[in-house]
Amino acid sequence: MPDPVVVVIEDEPQIRKFLRATLEGQGYRLFEASTGADGVVEIGSRQPDVVIVDLGLPDMDGLEVIRRVREWTAVPVIVLSARGQERDKVTALDAGADDYMSKPFGAGELLARVRVALRHTAGASHEGDDTVFVVGGLRVDLLHRQVQVDGKEIHLTPIEYRLLTTLVHYAGKVVTHQHLLREVWGPSHTEQAHYARVYMAHLRHKLEVEPARPRYLLTEPGVGYRLAAE
Amino acid sequence: MRAGPGRYTRAVGTDRPDPEALLARVKAEEARQRRGKLKIFLGAAAGVGKTYAMLEAVREQKADGVDAVAGYVETHGRAETDALLAGLEILPPKTVDYRGTALREFDLDAALARHPTLILVDELAHTNAPGLRHAKRWQDVVELLDAGINVYTTMNVQHLETLNDIVAKITGVVVRETVPDSVFEQADEVELIDLPPDELLERFKDGKVYIPDQAQEAVKNFFRKGNLIALRELALRRTAERVDAQMRLYMHEHAIGKAWPTAERLLVCISPGPESARLVRAGKRMADRLGAPWVAAYVETPAQLRLPPEVRDRVTQTLRLAEQLGAETVRLPGQKMSEAILAFAHDRNVTKIVVGKPRRRLWTRILIGSIVDALVQGSGDIDIYVISAEREQHGVPPAPVRRRAIPSDWVPYGWAMAVVALATGAAWLTLPFFELANQVMVYLLGIVVVATRYGRGPSLMASILSVAVLDFLFVPPVFTFAVSDVRYLFTFVVMLIVGLVTSSLAARIRMQAEAARQREQRTAALYAMSRELASTRGLEELLKIAVRHISEVFRSQVVVLLPGTGGESLVSSSCGQFTVDSNELGVAKWVHEHHQPAGLGTSTLPGATALYLSLQAPRGPVGVLGIRPADRHALDSPDQLHQLETFSNQTALAIERANLADEAQQAQVRIETERLRNSLLSSVSHDLRTPLATIKGAATTMLDSGSKLDAPTQKELLESVREEADRLNRLVQNLLEMTRLESGALQLRREWHPLEEVVGSALSRLGKELADRRVDTHVPPDLPLVPIDDVLIEQVLVNLLDNAVKYTPASSPIRILATSTDEAVTVEIADHGPGLPRGDEDKVFEKFYRGLPGGRGAGLGLAISQGIVKAHGGHIWAQNLPEGGVAFLFTLPLAGKPPASVPADA
Repeated sequence: MPDPVVVVIEDEPQIRKFLRATLEGQGYRLFEASTGADGVVEIGSRQPDVVIVDLGLPDMDGLEVIRRVREWTAVPVIVLSARGQERDKVTALDAGADDYMSKPFGAGELLARVRVALRHTAGASHEGDDTVFVVGGLRVDLLHRQVQVDGKEIHLTPIEYRLLTTLVHYAGKVVTHQHLLREVWGPSHTEQAHYARVYMAHLRHKLEVEPARPRYLLTEPGVGYRLAAE
Repeated sequence: MRAGPGRYTRAVGTDRPDPEALLARVKAEEARQRRGKLKIFLGAAAGVGKTYAMLEAVREQKADGVDAVAGYVETHGRAETDALLAGLEILPPKTVDYRGTALREFDLDAALARHPTLILVDELAHTNAPGLRHAKRWQDVVELLDAGINVYTTMNVQHLETLNDIVAKITGVVVRETVPDSVFEQADEVELIDLPPDELLERFKDGKVYIPDQAQEAVKNFFRKGNLIALRELALRRTAERVDAQMRLYMHEHAIGKAWPTAERLLVCISPGPESARLVRAGKRMADRLGAPWVAAYVETPAQLRLPPEVRDRVTQTLRLAEQLGAETVRLPGQKMSEAILAFAHDRNVTKIVVGKPRRRLWTRILIGSIVDALVQGSGDIDIYVISAEREQHGVPPAPVRRRAIPSDWVPYGWAMAVVALATGAAWLTLPFFELANQVMVYLLGIVVVATRYGRGPSLMASILSVAVLDFLFVPPVFTFAVSDVRYLFTFVVMLIVGLVTSSLAARIRMQAEAARQREQRTAALYAMSRELASTRGLEELLKIAVRHISEVFRSQVVVLLPGTGGESLVSSSCGQFTVDSNELGVAKWVHEHHQPAGLGTSTLPGATALYLSLQAPRGPVGVLGIRPADRHALDSPDQLHQLETFSNQTALAIERANLADEAQQAQVRIETERLRNSLLSSVSHDLRTPLATIKGAATTMLDSGSKLDAPTQKELLESVREEADRLNRLVQNLLEMTRLESGALQLRREWHPLEEVVGSALSRLGKELADRRVDTHVPPDLPLVPIDDVLIEQVLVNLLDNAVKYTPASSPIRILATSTDEAVTVEIADHGPGLPRGDEDKVFEKFYRGLPGGRGAGLGLAISQGIVKAHGGHIWAQNLPEGGVAFLFTLPLAGKPPASVPADA
């Protein structure tokens, strides 16, 4: 398998420099663009495996880049934005972004996000291969509908199970409340965000050692949830 | 012998002008410096050449380079005068349409806009056409002077207010256009244009004196040598008096001479008669000569309350005239005129009383005595001046014969009849038992009852009716008005007199009670308003109270206009009871700028629908009070005006108080902001630079000598770079959050959250810092959902936990505890650190508070937490724990409708 290709659309040269150093050091091939327009062209010509887009670009909104890219490709898009802009993040995710990172972020976080994105691209092409999801002491057997924590079988209600499997499906990626509600309760329940929170609390009490300090079922305040993937 | 220092001081005090007076003079001098200078060219009669002299004077000024403009000049087509106008800038006159005639008038606004150094305005005594701002041209001139423009003007001596009646007496011509003496006296220069009467007559015969056509005949009578000599004398004397006054002022200013005028005070007694105006003018002249303050007093006896409205209006006009001439005016309530006057005079140390010669007929004077006699008897050391009070044949029309006002209400008369009928019934029933004398008593009782309840008219009727009925029914021969026994006639007469006296007494008492009640009511109203104003804060509330009270007391619609925050222009207050349209606003603006009343009932802009008073506070005008009475003439009496002034003064003081409080608060806020800005700058620059220094230091070390360092040192350096970057990030985050909180840009996005989840995400965000800590979290599983913005509450938790980490020994445990009631959820974060310094439990929430000197962080975290919790409607506080350490607690109210319960699944 050739080295994965990453396109970075970011107007700050220092951040581009940091991304280049980190990603190239891990064997990724990196292509950079400092404007949205250049970035769209770059994506079209390089056929990347992952795209990283800053939301604040000089020539166009990062959201606009995502919308244009989504017209012709399903390439994973990771959005860069600052903390305190939760609404922007949700909008970006709704517009088709796959994940986001809050500035400032560390190299570890960056690589983890990119890895998750690549894994999901790979997963999409080999659908049905992974029927067992394992992270830490948590094991979810999708084929046999079995959930175990540290080897102990855990009994889940149907909704709890559906919630968990939805998160497993997007493991490592953020899933917005809306998304969860739509997938678990159906499109008519997208306004009842507290459903998801209440069931998530149930799930934590069943799966986590310390529900108030979760290890697997992480909260992204103002955005949604993320199931730890590594 | 004792010669105490007190006596010495007193002796000095009498020799020197007192400092208050000096200060007043200095202030007056300053005001005079800013004011324009007024020069009056005074003549004895028309045609002496005033306009000519004035124009010549202006030409000289113009030649000296003074910016002089002719504002309004009547040349009456005289060629030599026209010639002098040539080369002068002439302001175009304002044309006013008055009943189909186009009148040319002086254009005040154009003059103010042009703002020359010197302006000519001919004929100071001119009456302006209706519709102009002022009723009189001298008011225009005063406004020009106030604006700092020098004015040259002309007038004839007959137009002086106080000489008005003398001139009328000499010439037989009444001059209606008058100029108040105060304007004349305040003139900086008066130049007398003198022309011997013979020469003037010559000019008159040659047709060189302009006379309007319609006045031809009257003027011919006027221009007689005798008249002209008398007028010339008046003009010369008046000018001489002015010179004399100037000299006295000079002496005063330079403290020449020891004998200051003794403290004279003049009291002029005004009667309802038409001659009072004369009395007032005479009083003014006397007061001037004495250099004494003077008071014009009108005694309101119960009898005068019944005078017809025209007569009472005349009293009002006379009082107003006195006020214009510089008098203080008072209305004294009283039973007897002389008593009230003397009481007031003694009270105010009046030294001279001026009264009119009584016009009562001889026999009434003998019977009742005259006021003058009573005054003289009771005056003690007060001088009494009696001035002939002959009727003026002109001027104010004579008082109409007193008409008994037709009672608009017949009900009291009906009651009077009913009472008589009742008395008759009672008398009839008791006839077999009582003598006739007792029946008389029954009727008298009836009369007294009617008198006390219904006043004079009905009781008069009751008296006459009673006598008639008594005669008809009870006095033999009954059922006729004839009387058999002459003694009964005596009974009737006595009964009638008793009835009349009783009714008049009762009526008088009623009247006095009514007058007292009105005064009492006003005093009470004023007291009520001041009390309410004193206990109120906030301009809006104060205005509402003032408007309500004034409107109630004066039965009017009231509005208060305040200057806008930025400029001078007035804005209508939100609590006005009528809207002020742009015309009215113009009037109000004029009032605000000139600090004088205008509008309805005044001589300035009388066309307005409301009266406007400047609200004068000690530091200057604070606004304008507009009052629109239900009855247009309700505010005409000086008494009412004084009362209104008292109310408006109270209002002005209240507004000023509110303004001052506001200013003080703003100053406080400014100081506070300044202090904050300073501490923010020092704090932020310190907190930004410290991590930057570390980062820069570590990075440069790695660059310069990275290869020489061993691996652990390199790692240590890099670790510190990462830590400091995190710290910087938190600081920036807090600064941003603070800015959002303070700019009001913070918007809560409340949703129903399980608290555990928020606590959980806060703990994971602080993962690294909390790595070596035991955190005991007690969030009960049955804790209700709370309506919060999870991002912000997470920030609060992070700040509180971060604080706990920062200020407590490493590895000491931290406790998080959540409890709930029906109303709120309380979250407690407790540590085992040193606790807060005693008394700092509240201060910690202030911005830039730091627990320890040199402590890390900008001191923003707790302030932000407080802001966020308050935005949620909760509160946050800190308390030292008995077992050591400190607990921070905050509540989150469970406000709003909880969400629909989550459907359970099997």
